[in-house]
Amino acid sequence: MEFTKDLGLLINAMMTYTPPLLLAALGSCFSERSGVINIGIEGMMTIGAFVGAATALTFGNPWIAFLCGGLAGALFGLLHAIACISYQADQTISGTAINFLAPGLAVFLCKTFYDNSTDTPALQPSMKLPKFFDGIFPVGSFGYNAICNYSVAYLSILLVLVIWFVFYKTKFGMRLRACGESPEACDTLGINVYGVRYVCVILSGLLAGFGGAYVTLATVSQFRPIVIVGQGFMAIAAVIFGKFKPQGAMWACLLFGLCNGIKVLASQGNAVSPNLISMIPYVVTILALVLFVGAARVPAANGRPFEKAK
Amino acid sequence: MKKKVLALVLTAAMALSMTACGAAETATTTAESVVEEVASEAAETVAEEVSEAAAEATGDYADIKIGMVTDVGGVNDGSFNQSSWEGLQRAGDTLGCQVKYLESKTDADYASNLETFIDEEYDLIIAVGYQLADAVKAAATENPDQKFAIIDDSSNADLPNVTCLMFKQAQASYLVGYVAGLTTKSNTVGFVLGMSTATMNEFGYGYCAGVLDANPDAKILQQNANSFADTAAGKSAATAMVTDGADVIFHAAGGTGLGVIEGCTDAKIWAIGVDSDQSVIAPETILTSAMKRVDNACFDAAKNVCEGSLTSGVVTYDLSSEGVDIAPTTTNIPADVLEKVNEQKAKIISGEVVVPETQADFEAKYGDVYELD
Repeated sequence: MEFTKDLGLLINAMMTYTPPLLLAALGSCFSERSGVINIGIEGMMTIGAFVGAATALTFGNPWIAFLCGGLAGALFGLLHAIACISYQADQTISGTAINFLAPGLAVFLCKTFYDNSTDTPALQPSMKLPKFFDGIFPVGSFGYNAICNYSVAYLSILLVLVIWFVFYKTKFGMRLRACGESPEACDTLGINVYGVRYVCVILSGLLAGFGGAYVTLATVSQFRPIVIVGQGFMAIAAVIFGKFKPQGAMWACLLFGLCNGIKVLASQGNAVSPNLISMIPYVVTILALVLFVGAARVPAANGRPFEKAK
Repeated sequence: MKKKVLALVLTAAMALSMTACGAAETATTTAESVVEEVASEAAETVAEEVSEAAAEATGDYADIKIGMVTDVGGVNDGSFNQSSWEGLQRAGDTLGCQVKYLESKTDADYASNLETFIDEEYDLIIAVGYQLADAVKAAATENPDQKFAIIDDSSNADLPNVTCLMFKQAQASYLVGYVAGLTTKSNTVGFVLGMSTATMNEFGYGYCAGVLDANPDAKILQQNANSFADTAAGKSAATAMVTDGADVIFHAAGGTGLGVIEGCTDAKIWAIGVDSDQSVIAPETILTSAMKRVDNACFDAAKNVCEGSLTSGVVTYDLSSEGVDIAPTTTNIPADVLEKVNEQKAKIISGEVVVPETQADFEAKYGDVYELD
């Protein structure tokens, strides 16, 4: 019993941590593979987290809120796309600017709407993303911990399948990958490089916004400036770790989540130094990178602005 | 594309500047602005008179300036810094003194923020949190005539111009532990800590002592999240404790604690808040909170500086001075439990019950129960 209990808890902790990371990482995949570096994922997540919480408080429906959070991220994606694609701005600088702008805007709006506080009020349970199978498993059982508690989380895994299909089985997917490798060649074949990149960067904002909204609508039930701290950068790391493939990013995110689960389980009591335990995710990542994964091949045109020949 | 947009912007700019050139319009705007200026000046004089009157009514401390430097949490952290600022604002409202805060974004800002207030000749500078201890030490040594106050740090107590505002957080933790011990039905309670430091461990000693005094058979599950900002870890910690049978969990873990509260809400068990009355976050889940009245401490420091009676050295806030307390929201605590807790509170104030604050004191009485130190 001890084993199933621990396994349940491990899966539980993993599925608490993974989904927002995975959603953002999938977004990052779209952007990077189409040839636009998107450092602004973190900022897009933060605005998504705020808008998700705020719209849930306003409309009371978690799914509408989730969608609105995504759209807020998409709006910043659009901003990034305009700067980087239409105006050929430096992509790293634009992304960094978004990382300053979006969280600043989120806190500003929060202060404006919620009585000068940087935190929103807490969401009612009905405003949160639902748990499927609630009531089937008793609280604390393996089924509850592993399946029921974060049932929504598994939807993000399903999304990986969908996005894998888009990437490798559709015309659009082939074009977006081609745009990241050789936009000039795409252009000569009559593919609208600007159009494809616009769609991809906006999609990356949308997915990052979903990731942020997931945090406030499922993990915690409140927006605070600290709810997104570094997840956006972790997501970018997961994409590189996963060799710029959606399925690779998923394994990377699950590994990060698993390490986090081990961290939580290992820090009960004080058997091992908490500082050592906190190192686990980073050590495992480095080891996995060095021993099993090898170097990732960056899309050839990633970060290079494309100017249509006159 | 680029050129088109540029052309559009330029056209718009030209169109706008042309309208602005209308002579008649300029004349009216000037006239309007003059009228406005006169009006606003009049309003200002009235406002000044009013504020002077208010200052006279409350003791005329309008020329006293009190500054506050936050730690990296910022003034809206829903906890420590916010509470301090509320105390100072109260001082500004009732005493008429000038209050201002500067937020620190990183550790590097502490010294420069202190320096800003020193340059502007503030009467008192309050540093919020032990992270500012080194910066305060340096500033206070260099500026012996400048008065400082620091919260949660006693390492500068020997400096003649520093007031150290300390709290007996163990006493508040003891009371919530007592509530937990009486409330648990599974005889299992949980404790999630943000970081293992001397100040933070006082929460743990107090809590464990309270639980064991109320319920000697209780098992206390403990976890050090080693972060004040990892909500996911907090939530997982709570879920793990629920799986092991806990039905009340106390957190002293800042933002990580939000996750703990969330996990408790999910599993429909009790959570106990910290620092402020956290009942607002989850009214159905929060059993009670261990409060630290930083606002009272800041208000007192401001009041003393206005009246010229601020003393240096350590000032300790405990249960008897209402510096720490159990939360005023008690709707979730049964009447008989509340009665017993109030009895216990009276015993602590009278000195009949001594709450341990150090490892040695705790282990002498309860054994090596607390695992996180």
